[in-house]
Amino acid sequence: MIGRRRFIAAGTSGLLLGGCDRLNNSPGFRAVLRSAEKLNMASQRLISSRDALAREYGEADMSPFFRSNGTRMPAGEDYARHLAEQFANWRLTVDGLVARPLAIPIRTLRSLPHRTQITRHDCVEGWSAIGKWHGVQLSRILDHAGLSTRAKYIVFHCADRFGDKPFYESIDLVDAFHPQTILAWGMNGHLLPVPNGAPLRLRVERQLGYKHAKYIQRIEAVDSLERVHGGKGGYWEDNVDYEWYAGI
Amino acid sequence: MNEADVNPEPPQAAAPPPATHRIAYRHRLPTRLWHWINALTVFVMLMSGLMIFNAHPHLYWGNFGANFDQPWLSFRGRPIPGWATIPSTYNLAAARRWHLAFAWLLVVGLLLFIVVSFINRHAQRELAPSSDEVKPRHIWHDIREHARLRFPSGDAALRYNVLQKLSYVAVIFVLLPLMVLTGLAMSPAMDAAWPWLIDLFQGRQSARSIHFICAMALLAFIIVHLLMVMLAGPINEIGSMITGRFRVPPERPDQ
Repeated sequence: MIGRRRFIAAGTSGLLLGGCDRLNNSPGFRAVLRSAEKLNMASQRLISSRDALAREYGEADMSPFFRSNGTRMPAGEDYARHLAEQFANWRLTVDGLVARPLAIPIRTLRSLPHRTQITRHDCVEGWSAIGKWHGVQLSRILDHAGLSTRAKYIVFHCADRFGDKPFYESIDLVDAFHPQTILAWGMNGHLLPVPNGAPLRLRVERQLGYKHAKYIQRIEAVDSLERVHGGKGGYWEDNVDYEWYAGI
Repeated sequence: MNEADVNPEPPQAAAPPPATHRIAYRHRLPTRLWHWINALTVFVMLMSGLMIFNAHPHLYWGNFGANFDQPWLSFRGRPIPGWATIPSTYNLAAARRWHLAFAWLLVVGLLLFIVVSFINRHAQRELAPSSDEVKPRHIWHDIREHARLRFPSGDAALRYNVLQKLSYVAVIFVLLPLMVLTGLAMSPAMDAAWPWLIDLFQGRQSARSIHFICAMALLAFIIVHLLMVMLAGPINEIGSMITGRFRVPPERPDQ
């Protein structure tokens, strides 16, 4: 009896430990797990109105110090030069499936009507920080550029790199036209600090932190993500298999 | 289980040991099915959740909480060892895929089990403690019996005792629903869709802390539950959760 019991116990733990890792490496099982991402996205979109707002907090609720994550200082001479020039020559390019490609100087972006929102930044790792953001609604820029009806995704190309890979992210049009989705040039009443994405970063408040691309240089409208870099819609999605839909 | 559900084993022709191994039908199919689906799911959720915890092993109260804020619980490095996590080496992305896929099994299974258990009256008959059972004297008596490792025999072994009832009710109707709601409250999209989630738990980091505390309470339940199964006779107990049939321990004279 003891033998059988011990056999069952050893078998169970072996199955749990080794089996889970083996399942984790099986493409078929990964595909099953992956399908949950679409289910999560579909069900969250189903129960949520298109413009449902993320909670906006008061000044008193703000984090005393807003943690930065990922790149804190982009490498390379180009960024160093822009920083030395205080981003005077930084332009945001808007191209892809748009009627009127744009190259907007950062000064001009800052002079456009802007939105200020105190929101919670939720990192995929589990921490949260609350900060105040100032920026122009992405919808305003996209309307100005004349988004094609073929466009399905907005891709953000960034100035920072991880090794030899440029950072990029993407969102779909539901989030792109959400009223709280802004291209932020300011944080906590000041111009955006370098660790938080100077001179321009995305705020997409219903998704996790890694979607909030920093150091944005170019916005591209596309009909498919397949031909952009690794094809999964973002640096983290391509390289470590984070979900493209990061609403949970 | 009420008397009508008890099926005595048909008498055997020339069986010398008298009146020992009466077999009774103890667990209905929905209970058994959910038990095993849920056992698997809860293990996956706990182990993938502990991997996610490794990514930021600090817990806070309130809406925000990050490295420069004051945690109420904090560990260095990656505190949870590989044997307790899914996958066994650090991989936040994979752990999240497991966690957020198996969460559906947990929720759908739990909801179905609760609905079915009210329809087939499992909840009212076997899980709900009677007013006599929740009297302090009765509970205290059960605690003493448990502490002396004296388990019910005879027909009493076919019913859940009050400590069992209370712990099953706590897990099914309190802990598991809290796990789900605090899990949802950590989702930025859910907080936009259902803003009451954040109000209910007084902040996203509070929800995360409660998620962790409930997970540890579930773990404690599992440990005690498995210990009790081992002490009460694992073959009979596990077998009855598979087949539904339970070998009734003979009546002790002192009961």
